[in-house]
Amino acid sequence: MTWTWLIGAVLFLVLAPVIGGLVAGIDRKITARMQGRVGPPLLQPFYDVGKLFEKESVVVTTAQNFYVLAYLIFIALSGALFFAGGDLLLIIFAFTLAHVFLVLGAYAVHSPYSHIGAERELIQLMAYEPMIILAAVGLYMVTNSFYVADIAVSTIPAILYLPGVFLGFVTILTIKLRKSPFDISTSHHAHQEIVKGITTEFSGSTLAQVEIAHWYENVFLLGFVFLFFSWNPVIGVIAVVVTYLAEIFVDNVTARVRWQAALKSGWFAAVLGIVNLAVLAYILGYMMTGGV
Amino acid sequence: MAFLKRSPWILHYDASSCNGCDIEVLACLTPLYDVERFGMINTGNPKHADILLITGGINTQNREVVENIYEQMPEPKVVIAVGICAATGGIFRECYNIVGGIDKVIPVDVYVPGCAARPEQIIDGVVTALSILEKKRAAMAGTAQTREEEQHTEQAGEST
Repeated sequence: MTWTWLIGAVLFLVLAPVIGGLVAGIDRKITARMQGRVGPPLLQPFYDVGKLFEKESVVVTTAQNFYVLAYLIFIALSGALFFAGGDLLLIIFAFTLAHVFLVLGAYAVHSPYSHIGAERELIQLMAYEPMIILAAVGLYMVTNSFYVADIAVSTIPAILYLPGVFLGFVTILTIKLRKSPFDISTSHHAHQEIVKGITTEFSGSTLAQVEIAHWYENVFLLGFVFLFFSWNPVIGVIAVVVTYLAEIFVDNVTARVRWQAALKSGWFAAVLGIVNLAVLAYILGYMMTGGV
Repeated sequence: MAFLKRSPWILHYDASSCNGCDIEVLACLTPLYDVERFGMINTGNPKHADILLITGGINTQNREVVENIYEQMPEPKVVIAVGICAATGGIFRECYNIVGGIDKVIPVDVYVPGCAARPEQIIDGVVTALSILEKKRAAMAGTAQTREEEQHTEQAGEST
């Protein structure tokens, strides 16, 4: 028991970049097919990151490298805690802190593009933060534990109790995966958003670190989706795949919205979550008192 | 490992072109030609770009912009002049405000002539640029290594 948590964390730290990169490659391939194109090779994301490490390092302020490294480390840490079966609340706080570091990195440079990206990243943070905490609370109400290790082995089908919370979570997942219609702070592949938003002033190995952190982040988030279905691992894996395919589909059929709409959507998702939790609290209370 | 030629990110700038070549450049991104097959991405940010794809003969007003963009791109980088105006100034070369060719302002590695340059020609130009890009990367890695070795020998000389 003392060792199993460590195995999960180490496996995540080693395998997540590989899985995350492959998922990004599959994503780009499917996106290309949806647009009637052939698309890049499957390993394209690895070529891109490899290329970025080969480039000259252009640094505006050395502080930005420190902040981006902190972003990478805290994303990896929150993911490692998750796969070690740690406390969901601690994981979410480490996850938020990571993004604060990214925002600070973008603010460290005196570039208007970078600052607009940083402001929009903060808006995104405000948009998704309520919902991600509600998701943790919902899983706690169903399984009576904030520990991922307990939630993952729970035999209760959490999704049946938390359909609203899951829908809300999937909505903010679009924000987190940096996909349309909510890719306002920075965006994927060839899409442009005010030059490239928060990553404008990052180049070479610094940009590569942002990319690797994003791979870690995606694997962690897909793991979070799995928790809703963890009573049956087969259904869980299928649900994760279907969710991601749906995200790619939404990315391709929607246009980018303004930041106000992104914020409203994030909070609407949170309202959906709260209603779900209120109903759940009522039902659970009813069951405990035996209907008296 | 040479990842650079598998992942060339392109920055496209219109330096007073008539827009004919620019439309052909964008045509390369459409499903018909799909340059993302070669890992090429059209970026809007000079700091993320490896290849500067530039059209038009440059006028006195955007001369500084071209220099600025070129300076901002991290090494190794290559410049492709697309269209006859970018190569020599074309039919605009005698205009009072036209500088006359990209190579009057920044060093050009590949010339893609034509009015307008066809998408096939542009893709061919980019593929030619990739081998130049690879040479520049090897040269850059080479100089970095010799510089390091020089430092080591210097340090060794100091310690004895």
